[in-house]
Amino acid sequence: MNVLDIIKPENQVFCKSKLMTDTTLSYCPGCGHGTAHNLAMEVIDEMGISEDTIGVAPVGCSVLAYDFMNIDITQAAHGRAPAVATAIARTWPEKYVFTYQGDGDLAAIGTAETIHACNRGENIVIIFVNNGIYGMTGGQMAPTTLEGMRSSTSPYGREIESMGSPLKMTELVANLPGVHYVTRQAVHTHKHARKAKKAIKKAFENTRLKKGLSFVEIVSNCNSGWKMTPLESNIWMEENMFPYFPLGDIKVNGILK
Amino acid sequence: MSELKLMKGNEALAEAAIRAGVDAYFGYPITPQSEVIEYLMTERPEERTGMVVLQAESEVAAINMVYGAASTGKKVMTSSSSPGISLKLEGISYLAGAELPSVIVNVVRGGPGLGTIQPSQADYFQSVKGGGHGDYKLYVLAPSSVQEMADFVEDAFDIAFKYRAPVLILSDGLIGQMMEKVNLKEQQVRLTDEEVIKLNGDWATTGKTKNRERNIITSLDLQSEKMEARVRRLMKKYEQMEQEDMRYEEFQTEDAEYLFVAYGSSARIAQKAVQLARAKGIKAGLLRPITLFPYPKKVLFDLADQVKGILSVELNAGQMVEDVRLSVEHKVPVEHFGRTGGIIHTPEEVLEALEQKFIK
Amino acid sequence: MAKVKGAIVVDTEACKGCEVCIPVCPEDVIGMTSTVNRKGYHYAYMNNPEACTGCTNCAIVCPDRAISVYRVKVSA
Repeated sequence: MNVLDIIKPENQVFCKSKLMTDTTLSYCPGCGHGTAHNLAMEVIDEMGISEDTIGVAPVGCSVLAYDFMNIDITQAAHGRAPAVATAIARTWPEKYVFTYQGDGDLAAIGTAETIHACNRGENIVIIFVNNGIYGMTGGQMAPTTLEGMRSSTSPYGREIESMGSPLKMTELVANLPGVHYVTRQAVHTHKHARKAKKAIKKAFENTRLKKGLSFVEIVSNCNSGWKMTPLESNIWMEENMFPYFPLGDIKVNGILK
Repeated sequence: MSELKLMKGNEALAEAAIRAGVDAYFGYPITPQSEVIEYLMTERPEERTGMVVLQAESEVAAINMVYGAASTGKKVMTSSSSPGISLKLEGISYLAGAELPSVIVNVVRGGPGLGTIQPSQADYFQSVKGGGHGDYKLYVLAPSSVQEMADFVEDAFDIAFKYRAPVLILSDGLIGQMMEKVNLKEQQVRLTDEEVIKLNGDWATTGKTKNRERNIITSLDLQSEKMEARVRRLMKKYEQMEQEDMRYEEFQTEDAEYLFVAYGSSARIAQKAVQLARAKGIKAGLLRPITLFPYPKKVLFDLADQVKGILSVELNAGQMVEDVRLSVEHKVPVEHFGRTGGIIHTPEEVLEALEQKFIK
Repeated sequence: MAKVKGAIVVDTEACKGCEVCIPVCPEDVIGMTSTVNRKGYHYAYMNNPEACTGCTNCAIVCPDRAISVYRVKVSA
């Protein structure tokens, strides 16, 4: 069987989602943002809800999400996406509203907006990409930077005494009654990516059923910020990020696991 | 059929918002304007018109909620007071940059800092000289009565949607707290989602349907040429506002030899001072800017040919006086008088200042 | 005899040479070219095309969705 016979259109079993534009992603080679974008768009496409979906982009590496996602998107001031999404969801109760945020956006400047949107149980999805660093601005320490982890603002490694411990925002919001579903996933291998996709789908299903807020954290890599190759960063992530930020469902159907 | 009521300024504004078919109000408590959200929460407008009312976790969250709903083409507003407005300025700059129709109300209190809760006009600069970052201006309406607190809600939204821009209603604690008669307009029908999409679907993020490209609301342009084009587009709006939507009022200026310039509550006081002056044979008149941007520069420039002196009467340490001087271009001396820190000057004090600075 | 035959098509200009697809391929099909694309990235290719089963693992983890996957049933 010659390859040309195999790659006939009728034999295609996977290709880029039509909800992803043709614009080249601005993300560094191997960055999990790209995969997370694609999984989210694949879910929205498969659920057939793109015409009623409104995204809210953060400030950070994924500020340009609206160049890559072929849906209506409002770009929010740094940290304010949950508030922006709240207002959209409140004035358009039938729409699917989601925020897509990084760790600086959601767990530093946007902490109050995150906690209060969760506490109000807004009927939205929050996709939280946690790569333990400020990528867009060039690798500064983030709320989720691990102890001892170097960054341009913790050049000798994060010291708990002076800089506090990495913030487990996902566990924090899981305790809020308004939050219906909380999970922590990853996207760097096919197993993780498939599970993450299921989780994102469950989140949007919760929106459809008006169950309240769904919070999907995706632990991801930042090869340029961590100063590693993509493959090294994924290994480092498994060995260092996952122990502190364990994967899996944390709250399902409003009940803590 | 309009309805005559006796109401506090803050409450008249809230009722007017419901009647103007506003879709959503996002607020946060701060004296002297908490009555706005208290009134709205009591009225339960979601039952009257389907209007959403939400108390946010901070003024920062509230202005970003305005940004969210405005990005979908809905009629949305917020209100706060001085320190709260400072917190909202980043959001306001985003609203201007992303060209989002919205209404912000500032019921000004004494500042800077935590300041005081009594009335003031010390946020003039913050309001008309941008306040937030970047090349933008706010269309600013300055009510001087409970009636205008009510009327200006609809006027503000008309301007906001005409120009796709944030509009500021610059009130103060006195007008917010005092009670006066107010004629409330009939209830306007709040637009349905379909009507909002029909009206604003070419730019608003209401969900990308097959018949159009996706809509993006952003104020980000990393390419400077695009950012400059965006700024030029904003500036063109402001020029058009100056040509078409500048508002002011004159009181006994026809034969005036001295002119007070005052807005909002200070204009009410200055109007009394005109009467006191005239009783003493001093021909005084009052120019009341109703829009602080666009400012009645030309009107002032012309009046300067007729008067011997102009007194800018403001409840602050002297801010609008600079714009009066700019407008008058040295044709005639311009002075400032104003109590500040929350103290409200009396008509007698205003007259005394006029005499002291120009006549004695 | 393999019941299924697969193949991938790589958008060589979209690929950024991150190699994340390599470890997830159960059959070690993918390698990186020595040549580079317009952006100067080495890009993925089927180094061992015969072994591909079209399982889509590589495509799912590709951040830039540079990989399309094809699969065809092969009669015994």
